[in-house]
Amino acid sequence: MADDALIPDLHLPEPRRLPPPRSPAAPTVVSEGPLARAAIMTVAFLFLALFLVLPLITIFAEAFSKGVGAFFNTFSDSDALAAVKTTFLVTAIAVPANIVFGIAAAWAVTKFQFPLKSVLLTLIDLPFSVSPVVAGLVYIILFGAQSSLGPWLAAHGIQIIFALPGMVLVTIFVSVPFVARELIPLMQEQGTAEEEAALTLGASGFTIFRRVTLPNIKWGLLYGVLLCNARAMGEFGAVSVVSGKIRGETATMPLQIDIYYNEYASVAAFSIAVLLALSALLTLAIKAVLEWRFANELAAGRRH
Amino acid sequence: MGATIGLSTLRRRLNPGILPGFGLSLGFTLLYLGLIVLLPLAALAIKASGLGLSGLWAIATDPRVVASLKLSFGIALIAAGINAVFGVIVAWVLVRYDFPLKRVVDAAVDLPFALPTAVAGISLATLYAPKGWLGQITGLAGIKIAYTPIGIGIALVFIGLPFVVRTVQPVLADLEQEIEEAAATLGASRFTTITRVVLPPLIPAILTGFALAFARAVGEYGSVIFIAGNTPFVSEIAPLLIVIKLEGYDYAGATGIALVMLAISFLMLLVINLLQALGRRRFDRG
Repeated sequence: MADDALIPDLHLPEPRRLPPPRSPAAPTVVSEGPLARAAIMTVAFLFLALFLVLPLITIFAEAFSKGVGAFFNTFSDSDALAAVKTTFLVTAIAVPANIVFGIAAAWAVTKFQFPLKSVLLTLIDLPFSVSPVVAGLVYIILFGAQSSLGPWLAAHGIQIIFALPGMVLVTIFVSVPFVARELIPLMQEQGTAEEEAALTLGASGFTIFRRVTLPNIKWGLLYGVLLCNARAMGEFGAVSVVSGKIRGETATMPLQIDIYYNEYASVAAFSIAVLLALSALLTLAIKAVLEWRFANELAAGRRH
Repeated sequence: MGATIGLSTLRRRLNPGILPGFGLSLGFTLLYLGLIVLLPLAALAIKASGLGLSGLWAIATDPRVVASLKLSFGIALIAAGINAVFGVIVAWVLVRYDFPLKRVVDAAVDLPFALPTAVAGISLATLYAPKGWLGQITGLAGIKIAYTPIGIGIALVFIGLPFVVRTVQPVLADLEQEIEEAAATLGASRFTTITRVVLPPLIPAILTGFALAFARAVGEYGSVIFIAGNTPFVSEIAPLLIVIKLEGYDYAGATGIALVMLAISFLMLLVINLLQALGRRRFDRG
């Protein structure tokens, strides 16, 4: 180049050559030998294949074992369709309820100082450590025919147990923590500075939430809703205890799987299982995309 | 009017912060938790207190109940142990090694969280049944898995699988490899470095994952009942016995078992929190 002549010759020493970037496969002192590495990976993959891949393949293999026609035939049964509807209805009530709760709880816990906060956090997590069957049992004890509320409810024609309201309530119970647990660490990290700035500029509480907080937490919120929805759709133990499993009425998809399976209608049971498995795979896919694309907008523990 | 004054006085005394919505958000949170979580649990406590200590003792020491509790807690312990070992290996592979489709494998680890338990249950039962793909193979060796306690263990390993991986993975990723280089320059073999340098800081995370997997496994119902066989005294888990008592309208019996399970679960929750606190302190000191 023409400009070369203008650059004084400073006799710069040869730039030191950087060592080549450490390839993961190259043995270094902080890596195992190729044999050990192969052995560890084999153990891990065999374990995952045995416990994740094979059960997943089994669901699809069994559902289509009598052909595609038999699979679709399941959904001409009115009980199967009713189960799909019931599942969507229960989920459509339980998930929004827990979204509102999760946002309110996260707002209270992360934007304010008050005593006994750790007790409140433990309470929010409590449903995770209660067996689903026990969750169903406590609602039967509270609202069942033998309870002290039972006669009053019966006299007013309100049926909670062995009916939809009970199924919705236990579904809410088992999925209470999901949204709150995603939002609390995220909003804790984000602090209150942006909201306080909005406040000094005269924004109302609702405007602060909608224009400042919500954009900051939207991906974390979606993440929590995803997990909450998966649990609500798939809950079996708690719902089974309070539903009474009335075919076509109080059977959700997991309960209908149980009914079919016990009647040796294996293809029908696995056909419904395929729908739930596809929904689970979709959940995992969206969750993974959120973890890669929006890592900085999820709570620290969710970043990979 | 009185309530408003009370709230504002309370607010001034608490001095929670300047943002709006303190009363509304905390009030709603407490009301919701109170109605959904605390009220039903209180009903259980009241029902249990009606039984009296002797009544509870009679239920808790009934041989069939004792057998089911032993089975539930024993197999949950073994399954959590298996998950602790393999969970660390899987986390190690995901953090330290590169391989094709790594992101897919990483995402797949959460499958047991996303897949409904009843779906997992019928799938595992079919897979390990005497005529199933894996049941046929183990059958050749004379080992029956489905409809035995081993089947329960398989189901509990499945549902507990993500816990240890997900608690260990971030801690392992944050470990600085410089300390391993230091160990190596000081002459430690790779094996010694891993067991003496890498594993110790992972122990709180492993224990937390173990406790979470254990707590989940103890109360698990959906994935177990299809593969368990459900023979009293042999393969009947405690949650199933609660369901059986409920179906026989024996609410006292169901309440008694539930109370024992809850007491042990609360203990586990306490231990988990303690372990996490210990882990944090260790981290802060480091």
